Amino acid sequence: MNNSNIAKAFENKKAFIPFITCGDPDLDTTKKCVIAAVENGADLIELGIPFSDPTAEGPVIQEANERALKGGVTTDKIFDLVKEIRRTVTIPLVFMTYANVVFSYGTEKFMSNCKKVGIDGIIIPDLPFEEKNEFLPECEKYNVALISLIAPTSEDRVAMIAKEAQGFLYIVSSLGVTGTRSEITTDLGSIIDVVRQNTDIPCAIGFGISTPEQGKKMAALSDGAIVGSAIIKIIAKYKEKSPQYVGKFVKKMKDSIE
Amino acid sequence: MKKHNNDGRFGIHGGQYIPETLMNAVLELEEAYEKYKNDPEFNQELTELFNEYAGRPSRLYYAKKMTEDLGGAKIYLKREDLNHTGAHKINNVLGQALLAKKMGKTRLIAETGAGQHGVATATAAALMGMECVVFMGEEDTKRQALNVYRMKLLGAEVVPVTTGTSTLKDAVSEAMREWTRRISDTHYCLGSVMGPHPFPTIVRDFQAVISKEIKEQILEKEGRLPDAVVACVGGGSNAIGSFYHFIDDEDVRLIGCEAAGRGADTFETAATISTGKLGIFHGMKSYFCQDEFGQIAPVYSISAGLDYPGIGPEHAHLHDIGRAEYVPVTDEEAVEAFEYLSKTEGIIPAIESAHAVAYAKKLAKEMDKDKIIVITISGRGDKDCAAIARYRGENIYE
Repeated sequence: MNNSNIAKAFENKKAFIPFITCGDPDLDTTKKCVIAAVENGADLIELGIPFSDPTAEGPVIQEANERALKGGVTTDKIFDLVKEIRRTVTIPLVFMTYANVVFSYGTEKFMSNCKKVGIDGIIIPDLPFEEKNEFLPECEKYNVALISLIAPTSEDRVAMIAKEAQGFLYIVSSLGVTGTRSEITTDLGSIIDVVRQNTDIPCAIGFGISTPEQGKKMAALSDGAIVGSAIIKIIAKYKEKSPQYVGKFVKKMKDSIE
Repeated sequence: MKKHNNDGRFGIHGGQYIPETLMNAVLELEEAYEKYKNDPEFNQELTELFNEYAGRPSRLYYAKKMTEDLGGAKIYLKREDLNHTGAHKINNVLGQALLAKKMGKTRLIAETGAGQHGVATATAAALMGMECVVFMGEEDTKRQALNVYRMKLLGAEVVPVTTGTSTLKDAVSEAMREWTRRISDTHYCLGSVMGPHPFPTIVRDFQAVISKEIKEQILEKEGRLPDAVVACVGGGSNAIGSFYHFIDDEDVRLIGCEAAGRGADTFETAATISTGKLGIFHGMKSYFCQDEFGQIAPVYSISAGLDYPGIGPEHAHLHDIGRAEYVPVTDEEAVEAFEYLSKTEGIIPAIESAHAVAYAKKLAKEMDKDKIIVITISGRGDKDCAAIARYRGENIYE
């Protein structure tokens, strides 16, 4: 299965993919940030559904999760937000959240709601290849691409994951959790070579990208760049006033990677 | 009875719900464990460490005064508190540290709640010449300041965790995050029968020495198996260790005592089976205290070691199939039992273990005098004295 909307994100040169935690600092700001990102060239947006204990995140996104949850955001309110956003936004939208958020909601109901509101895919960082059948049947039923991650430690697993990839492949740039890094040293080129031999699905690199230079370098190696923590820092700093700053940042990044 | 499947599942529970970054590390661990678990040389080394270093076998002590005082079933105490470092945690740690060493790892990381697992890991690291970093919730570093000092004395670095509720679950999350940062030279020495496969199985196997010994000792003393085995449950390592060799002996009741905190009907509780629901967290499918949207609940117990919102997957399965019973025990009941065992038998139990003592006290009274209960005293209570004194209104600090 392939979600055709996601493929569109990669048709226009290299894709720039911002990540935004829903409800940080509130859902109205999230909506405005998404729209600002789209107006400034974002090709696909990752919407984070906050989780109390996000084990794959560094401090920046952990704190965003905490702020959002303290503000009272819930999975249901986020589905409503996406419905709102979909009135004007047509680019692909994917969720990024943890297994328990989906599982506890009820996988069937969760994926069916994704389809209803127009979510194209989902990234679950604590769902490796071996456990994907936990959610895959419902994902396929409702045409929600289950996006897989490949890590610097994946080694002999890269081909296996790539062969069954859906939507796009999320290449984790370096060891550790999310957060900005001064340097990315993983040999991503050889990982992506193996990916290309095994699938036609596009791949984008994330984790640690914060500057236009890094974005350009990572996008040159792959089909796109994913930026989370750098955007969350902007939102943490400017709060309700952050949409215009997020927009400017997205433009700068998109211009550099094209 | 089939205890577990080979794919790391216990019924529907267990699995490997972890970031891709860690997958090869757990697969490597599984492979190494499969290779060494039946290796005579490995087992000989481990037995020697257990016996010569940790002081095993631990005693099965007939608590005569307690038995007479309660007037019911005969009570035996499995004295894991007498192990080196003062708790059952050393059993698992010696096993994992030896395994890590065989795998060529030079660094151990661990989470700790009460500090007993951290102390045990720091001890094994010192013994085996390995580097050691322990993650501990900041709240717990305050509750268990003495153990923080012990870990540092043993050469470990202690990292206070300030995320989330600053307790055991956050220490686990932070240890997992650290493992994704640094894998090649580092083994994550997980302290309980939880987390992704193969940890629940590895930790269970290293702790199963407890029930192996109980069985031999009770047969020698009484010529028969006990009627009930009672142990406290957080993640559940001393409990599964105490239960394991009795799982097929269906006449032996297996009873896990959960920390109910201020009551299983309040929000200030850590009683997972009583109040939790099925979920996926910290690498496993099991029961977790959580809200309707799957956000993990900020649990509470006076015991830092039981202050965890989940339970190991094998316990979840034993609960599902009705083989083991899980009962809530409140702070107040545990503190009373802490004081009771100290005064009655001259044994100060860990506040964790006092949860098991509290339930066994009730149970013994309901059973005839020819029945036998074994309570696992998983650790000693020196570490808890200051906190219990404060609970009772005495303003002492360590």
